[in-house]
Amino acid sequence: MTLPALGWQGLVVLVVFGVSLLIATYSTYAERVIAAFLQDRVGPDRAGPFGLLQPLADAVKLFTKEEFFPAGANRALFVFGPCLAMVTALMSSAVIPFGNVLQFGETAIHLQGIEINVGMLYVFGMVSLGVYGIMIGGWASNNKFSLLGAIRAASQNISYEIAMGLALIAVLMMSGTLSLREITLQQSVAGEWHFWNIAKQPLGFVIFIVCAFAETNRTPFDLPECETELIGGYHTEYSSMKMGLYLFAEYINVFVASAVMSVLYFGGFNFPFQYELRDWLVSSQGLELVTASNIITILGLVGLFAKIFGFIFFFMWVRWTLPRFRYDQLMRLGWTILIPLAIFNIMLTGGLITFGVIK
Amino acid sequence: MSPLFLFLSFVALLSALGVVLAKNPVHSVLFLILTFFTLSGHYLLLNAQFLAAVNIIVYAGAIMVLFLFVIMFLNLNEETEPHKPALAKFAAAIAGGSLLLILVAAMRNINPAGYDPTSFDSQIGMVDRLGLVLFQQYALPFELASVLLLAAMVGSVMLGKRETGERNF
Repeated sequence: MTLPALGWQGLVVLVVFGVSLLIATYSTYAERVIAAFLQDRVGPDRAGPFGLLQPLADAVKLFTKEEFFPAGANRALFVFGPCLAMVTALMSSAVIPFGNVLQFGETAIHLQGIEINVGMLYVFGMVSLGVYGIMIGGWASNNKFSLLGAIRAASQNISYEIAMGLALIAVLMMSGTLSLREITLQQSVAGEWHFWNIAKQPLGFVIFIVCAFAETNRTPFDLPECETELIGGYHTEYSSMKMGLYLFAEYINVFVASAVMSVLYFGGFNFPFQYELRDWLVSSQGLELVTASNIITILGLVGLFAKIFGFIFFFMWVRWTLPRFRYDQLMRLGWTILIPLAIFNIMLTGGLITFGVIK
Repeated sequence: MSPLFLFLSFVALLSALGVVLAKNPVHSVLFLILTFFTLSGHYLLLNAQFLAAVNIIVYAGAIMVLFLFVIMFLNLNEETEPHKPALAKFAAAIAGGSLLLILVAAMRNINPAGYDPTSFDSQIGMVDRLGLVLFQQYALPFELASVLLLAAMVGSVMLGKRETGERNF
């Protein structure tokens, strides 16, 4: 079977789309299993072996539930809200480099949806659009608790975007490019000691991960849906699959945030001693260079997903460990601690680059 | 003119009209966001990827969120829309019409300079090229603008800071 290069790339886009959805589906299962583990309970174990069919059962439940429109709701926007949340969440996974190049004869397949010059800005833009789904859904519900949740989401997102952007600038100063693929490739160079960005940007990474928690509305920053004060926040009035789409969008956002952190700070698809392993495969095992490179690419793909799953686990671990912040504490943390810290980090990075400590 | 250009222009004009004609302010804001998206599409057609991304981040992602925020806070909707007097509507129509007339009159005889295909640089909209221009040719204005933005940011942090003796909750 021969497909033109563009056809292969289209296939990759479809696979990325499917994998994002699959991971989001099983995140709902993982969340409950991890919660059960941390709270010393059994967790979901009825549907299928180890409860693995639980997400399927949930989907059936959500689809067959009654679809309810609250009185006085703006019907069009009420439906549009969850759709928008889902679309913006899925769009951001398009530029993430999941792996290097697979070479089959003439065709080279990049394991990445699309490679664009400004990949990092694209992800940032999609993240900043993610708040619209929440805002529109919360407003269209015609419920004061939903509206409060929507307004909280908007102000929280805008506040933490600034610190997130400033943390990214420090990475940019070292990499000199906005392309996520280039940033990944720079974190590993054959034949020399080369550290991942986490070694050069520890402070920036801490700022980034705190902002990622706020941007994905995860505990301890899940104030838009804070059930102790706002019933369910922006999705109070939602039921059936529209509710399911909001939950799904949140898990996709967690997946994308984990992927971006792995790419920016943890070397993306690189893993230690990959070039040595490739050379060993060529010299001692008698493989061709192309085959050896393909094996390294696949191992790198597996490695990246291991990093991503590690971060998703971290998100869930934090959720079942830390209590929720108060809203004024959240704003104070964002504006008076994270932003000055991020500016300090930029200055520190600039100084270190000037004196040649890091590059 | 490529079909993509025509499609984007069509959507841009339609959504811009929607901004003005929608009765509900929230719908107006959503139409304006769509307009920004089509403008970003135009930037992409011109190979200006950086400008397209920044347009989405700054206008669609940040400024319009604030618009929506304020509209939701004030609970503006069709019922609360004030009824303007007929005189104001008449004056607005005259003013808008004369602005359109002036624009059309000014644009009527414009002859686009075009470009020379042999010397045209297709990479001119890329972020590194833009950076070189900003930091070499326009370094002082760029730095002044960045200091202005930083001052605004520091000001907002100062306003949000707890003063001594003030109690929250």
